[in-house]
Amino acid sequence: AEFPHAVYGGRHTVSLMAGDGIGPEMVNYVKEVFTTAGVPVEFENIKLDKLNNKQEDFHKALLSIRRNGVALKGSIESAYSDPLFTKSRNAMLRVELDLYANVIHCNSYKGVNSRYDIDTVIIRQNTEGEYAMKEHEIVPGVVESMKIITSLESVKLAHYAFNYATENNRKKITCVHKANIMKASDGLFLETMRNVAEEYPDIEFSDMIVDNMCMQLVSKPDQFDVIVAPNLYGLVCQNIVCGLAGGAGLYCGSNHGEKFSIFEPGTRNTASYLSHNVGNPVAMLSASVAMLNHLNLKTHADVIGSAIRKTISEDMIHTRDIGGSASSMDVVQNVIKHIKAHL
Amino acid sequence: VLSKCYSSTATRTVTLIPGDGIGPEISASVQKIFAAAQVPIEWEIVDVTPVKGPDGQMGIPQALIDSVHKNKIGLKGPLMTPIGKGHRSLNLTIRKEFELYANVRPCRSLEGYPTMYKNVDVVTIRENTEGEYSGIEHIIVPGVVQSIKLITRKASKRVAEFAFKYARENGRSMVTAVHKANIMRMSDGLFLQMCREAAEKNPDIKFEEKYLDTVCLKMVQDPTQFDVLVMPNLYGDILSDLCAGLVGGLGLTASGNIGEGGAVFESVHGTAPDIAGLDLANPTALLLSGVMMLRYMELYDHAAKIEKACFDTIKEPECRTGDLGGPAKCSEFTNAICKKIEAAGH
Ligand SMILES: Nc1ncnc2c1ncn2[C@@H]1O[C@H](COP(=O)(O)OP(=O)(O)OP(=O)(O)O)[C@@H](O)[C@H]1O
Ligand SMILES: Nc1ncnc2c1ncn2[C@@H]1O[C@H](COP(=O)(O)OP(=O)(O)OP(=O)(O)O)[C@@H](O)[C@H]1O
Ligand SMILES: [Mg+2]
Ligand SMILES: [Mg+2]
Repeated sequence: AEFPHAVYGGRHTVSLMAGDGIGPEMVNYVKEVFTTAGVPVEFENIKLDKLNNKQEDFHKALLSIRRNGVALKGSIESAYSDPLFTKSRNAMLRVELDLYANVIHCNSYKGVNSRYDIDTVIIRQNTEGEYAMKEHEIVPGVVESMKIITSLESVKLAHYAFNYATENNRKKITCVHKANIMKASDGLFLETMRNVAEEYPDIEFSDMIVDNMCMQLVSKPDQFDVIVAPNLYGLVCQNIVCGLAGGAGLYCGSNHGEKFSIFEPGTRNTASYLSHNVGNPVAMLSASVAMLNHLNLKTHADVIGSAIRKTISEDMIHTRDIGGSASSMDVVQNVIKHIKAHL
Repeated sequence: VLSKCYSSTATRTVTLIPGDGIGPEISASVQKIFAAAQVPIEWEIVDVTPVKGPDGQMGIPQALIDSVHKNKIGLKGPLMTPIGKGHRSLNLTIRKEFELYANVRPCRSLEGYPTMYKNVDVVTIRENTEGEYSGIEHIIVPGVVQSIKLITRKASKRVAEFAFKYARENGRSMVTAVHKANIMRMSDGLFLQMCREAAEKNPDIKFEEKYLDTVCLKMVQDPTQFDVLVMPNLYGDILSDLCAGLVGGLGLTASGNIGEGGAVFESVHGTAPDIAGLDLANPTALLLSGVMMLRYMELYDHAAKIEKACFDTIKEPECRTGDLGGPAKCSEFTNAICKKIEAAGH
């Protein structure tokens, strides 16, 4: 069942959390592009970042996303050294909104120098596992950290993955795990995937142990179609795959639950050390395109999406992270040029 | 590393565990090459066929334990770990028995065998005794499983200190702590804290800390930016195999388990039952583990000579074994290395 999005007078309202680092700069580019393309979306600006991190700020953000259904987001810094933080706000948002599935589709750009041509989807459990954030110091110097795997969440993720594969014409799902060592927890995850796989006989299902998976990814990545993984292994696979296909600046990720969705750059970095006008705006722009598709604004999504592809693959306007010398604004201006040509 | 209270010229006894599957073949190859290089080592070969212990559980034979206790140093081929047959993993038992707390894996691009990644030269150091592999799991209620990752100050501290020591003794300049303390603040936080403290005591070695995800991202983009990496168990498991993948796989990667009770060096590939006994196996991983062992024993000249002969042999396509796309048998590859060693003279 589709959850109704906030639409007033034909315009969608979307929560916008710029986050830290280059987030605010990147979402400004999105606004600029949306204005040019006449996208019928209003942003509701929510302040949730390292300076606005009180419980009250967090609740406001939750309220806004619950009201609007959809959000675009930059990463919120939660550095270990920051005494103000107890739990990652990024992770808390996903838990509170039950955004159990995180999806990155890594489809290499023609023209971007990378080691391999990749077309792989990683679907990652997004709310439990190693990110349960339940830790205790039992006696001084001895810490326990819980990893929690439940069949309920595993079943939800399994169906999400198999439905995704079915709808997107994907043939093969590989489940990542370490069930030979973590027999009960990863064992439950794997067994659940296997059981659900039987309901989808058209999708080929296999599994792989996480260390072998990583070795295979760096040497023969083209053997993977859709990868489904518990939280931490998903994190690892996503970063390897994005790294192989050009880096953190190109791919977007989306977080989905039954009711809400959040769109963001795929590898969720703040890139705090990048100066202004240096970062690659493609990851955030692509997140905004994925969001438009989700809102069913297909025409706008297509126009902006193809303007991005043309800019990278044909005009070869590349920022430094992918080996070019263009500025962020060069990329954005070129995208805008293509959009205008289309209007 | 360990108290090296022996002279480097006297003959020393080393425990050799040939292992299962291709283990005996590649062990024979290493023995032959070591003999050609006149390494002052005497092998004490022990069998590891599991026997029933006093607790009724199957486990490693006492003779093996005694041998390693006596010699403090071992070289080990692959062991079969039967799944679900009710006895503990032999690898795990050996690690536990001798408190081999650090797993060290150097991964270096082989000049003669290019992969997609150039000039890789990284060493992963993995905490080997606790963390995610503590083996503590509970089913809280049906359908809800909790698996405990255990991080202690003691284990984190010793592996962190080991990393800096290893870096210094092996002429390396930087240690990177790999963690996820933004999520696991207390557990990875404690590990990270121990690394920071060790870094302060070792100001001659550069120190940096990085998130696990960032390391994965950057490792595949440009592995040359890393040197020595130190991390908790699971991240080490993942990254050590990832790095092995960069340079051609487990068939080429050396590994050592080092700790308080001694050191056991081993090849990390499997038993390869499909090619066992056929003279097709590649002994490189075990041989390079042996080379690591020689450096640990301060037999640097022997180590360098064998390593060079091995690398030079791999450079010649007709000398490579099947897994590297070559036509050579295990024995032919071995002989080619021996020839180079003999040609180099003593
Ligand atoms: N949009 C982008 N354009 C260019 N480089 C990027 C972009 N996003 C991430 N990066 C690069 O990817 C790398 C990882 O990012 P970063 O250091 O922010 O991640 P992190 O270690 O996860 O830290 P944080 O938690 O602060 O995000 C950095 O080198 C960063 O500059
Ligand atoms: N040293 C080696 N030389 C040549 N080929 C090898 C070597 N080690 C592994 N292989 C090959 O790699 C593949 C996987 O090997 P591996 O030993 O992991 O098999 P396995 O069936 O998983 O055994 P195990 O259960 O002992 O791990 C096999 O095809 C094997 O022949
Ligand atoms: Mg492993
Ligand atoms: Mg194996």
